[in-house]
Amino acid sequence: MKTVFKQIVNGKAIARDIIPRLAFDEFSHEVLAIIGEGGKIVHYFAYNDGSAVSLMAVFRTDKLLLAASCDVPQNYPAFSAQSEPFHMFEREMAEQFGIRPEGHPWLKMVRYHANSRGLPDVFGNNYSQDIPGNYDYYTVEGEEVHEVAVGPVHAGVIEPGHFRFNCVGERVLHLEIQLGYQHRGVENLMCNADFKRLPVIAEGIAGDTAIGNCLCMAQALEGLAYVRPDGGARIIRTIAQELERIANHVGDLGALSGDVAFLPVANYCGRMRGDFLNMTLLLCGNRFGKGLVRPGGVCFQMTEENRKTLTERINELTPQVEHVIDLLFSTHSVLSRFENCGAVSRLDAEKLGLVGPAARACGIAYDARRNFPTEHYRFLDINEHVELAGDVYARAKLKAHEVLESISIIQSLLKDHVKTECVVSGSFNPAPSSFVVTVNEAWRGELSHCVLTDAAGKILRYKVKDPSFHNWNGLAMALRDTGISDFPLNNKSFNLSYCGFDL
Amino acid sequence: MLKTLKNRFEQGYRTSRYPKEKIELSSRYRGLPIINLSAPDDVVMQCADACPQNAIDPQRKMIDIGRCVFCGTCERLSEGKFISFSRNFELAVSLKEHLWTAGRLPDLSRHASQHFKALFGRSLQLRQVSAAGCNACEADLNVLATPFFDLARFGINFVASPRHADGIVVTGPISRNMKTALLKTYEAVPSPKVVIAAGCCSLSGGPFSGSPEVSKGLDSLIPVDLFIPGCPPHPLTYLNALLTYFK
Repeated sequence: MKTVFKQIVNGKAIARDIIPRLAFDEFSHEVLAIIGEGGKIVHYFAYNDGSAVSLMAVFRTDKLLLAASCDVPQNYPAFSAQSEPFHMFEREMAEQFGIRPEGHPWLKMVRYHANSRGLPDVFGNNYSQDIPGNYDYYTVEGEEVHEVAVGPVHAGVIEPGHFRFNCVGERVLHLEIQLGYQHRGVENLMCNADFKRLPVIAEGIAGDTAIGNCLCMAQALEGLAYVRPDGGARIIRTIAQELERIANHVGDLGALSGDVAFLPVANYCGRMRGDFLNMTLLLCGNRFGKGLVRPGGVCFQMTEENRKTLTERINELTPQVEHVIDLLFSTHSVLSRFENCGAVSRLDAEKLGLVGPAARACGIAYDARRNFPTEHYRFLDINEHVELAGDVYARAKLKAHEVLESISIIQSLLKDHVKTECVVSGSFNPAPSSFVVTVNEAWRGELSHCVLTDAAGKILRYKVKDPSFHNWNGLAMALRDTGISDFPLNNKSFNLSYCGFDL
Repeated sequence: MLKTLKNRFEQGYRTSRYPKEKIELSSRYRGLPIINLSAPDDVVMQCADACPQNAIDPQRKMIDIGRCVFCGTCERLSEGKFISFSRNFELAVSLKEHLWTAGRLPDLSRHASQHFKALFGRSLQLRQVSAAGCNACEADLNVLATPFFDLARFGINFVASPRHADGIVVTGPISRNMKTALLKTYEAVPSPKVVIAAGCCSLSGGPFSGSPEVSKGLDSLIPVDLFIPGCPPHPLTYLNALLTYFK
């Protein structure tokens, strides 16, 4: 691909002045050319650069990451009108920086907060009202049409969000998802807080992805400080990332089974998920892996005893996991609920820009572990695996496959002695005026952090993108023309992050 | 059918006998901190400076387990000479000032309200409100329903509506956007009601403290009866807190 965008390497910092700074017209032209050739959006955000505001875009192709920036123009024609995956990024930019993308098809707030520049609010809110403020939800009119509104406080022990269904009878015409209830100002906090707080904040972006987010953060700081963790630390991090994937996927399979009232698998998976969390506990003293990953490496050694215990536990669990998965997928009452439920076509998935298991269940093979490997992944053989149907069955089947694959990855990594120099405090001085992007395949898909530093080496902009940022619209699409009673099942099959999205 | 039976046989019985039998957590678990009051001042200062949560008071040589995320930085830095973390997961307290500790916590059962024990000791229905944390606290609360912990055997359940509840369990630092929903849920619970703050965020704002988008903790909004520290609290910390306070 021929482009003036700068080719960058995952996790490797570069000086900001190497990144091409284009005039908006050229920027726009290049963006559309990259998209036209199949490039996908990874980041698109605004940042304060001295007195001016600039835009930064990062794209990916199969093997390349591409970046360029530009000045914010006076009139800014929305990219969303031509490429749907920009939709959420442009709304976010309008909310954070008061930049209005003209012609955006559905310009609506994302997390409901005032912009950082004190500009007139793009959405006409003054934030004295509660969320959603000055916004009328999407409505469908007609005889027999009715609305069901759920949340922010849900009936279970789950995160808050508002779901609004437009229905005809039991069929869902449209599902509108309004998040933002969990907005904690993470990105601003990451810029303003002491460096010593960064790992703890990163681990709190989404607790079920504590390893994934802390990896992205640590790799970014390591890139900016030109530090490289040793091989042992990279193996321990890889094991932790795969344990996180297994625990969450096993939990999801159990929850899916529970949602179709097949309780044996629900209970077995609930218990086995705990056993995987307890392996992470064994490794670092926290079931979610908090406190394990720090810039420069990891804080805990893998002793021979740890290695032996982990191997024994995983060997004992593996047949149980296999048998429970087999039970789930050979139970007819389960299959009849999973199959053809909430299907998203490959075309829609491509158009929406889905990532992770949600995309792989629609036939899109992208897996950052293969395309942009970090840590120990470059030495691993991650198989290309997709399902094609795009329904609940495909999403469940894919998760089951990934559980078994991750188990064998961990087993292979536990075969040899692992030695690392543990990190004590892990504080570094990031290089000034630099830029770094880190991409990892967290259990929900492509997770990416992007950090820009100023001339003094202070963090100028910290951008977090959870895979859910791409995928929530996939859930809305899955619900179209689906029975409203199948919402919990579909929601669980995506199991997207509210807090990772809300930041 | 055969598969169902085979799996049932393979899975066996998993429910723990806690609290009748003690449970040992793995050696790296970080529970109640043990503080060495004779630690040299420079080591104490070093730990206080390095603490990402600023949870250590070097003058009093105390730690605020309402702010602490149990990351273990102080233990590593002082090589256990000032602070070391025990495997004691019994961390809950009923008064906020008890969160500042030099290594001992007051006996929760003695501080527990006899009124609540009489009302809810045999049956306790709780409504959970997730208010802008990271979902780890919620995840480990959910775990209480799995076969190992099996919370329902103690007559304690999480219910779908505040109208059916005896109290609320709040997680997260309570963002600006969740404040009204939380207060409405609180109001919808019939009196007498109990309020439980679970996890570092709801105790102090946690990792997000200082952000203008979050509160300083649940007790800055409504009166709190029970504080459960941890980031997130271990399921056994939750279980111990509920059983000690209400049973």
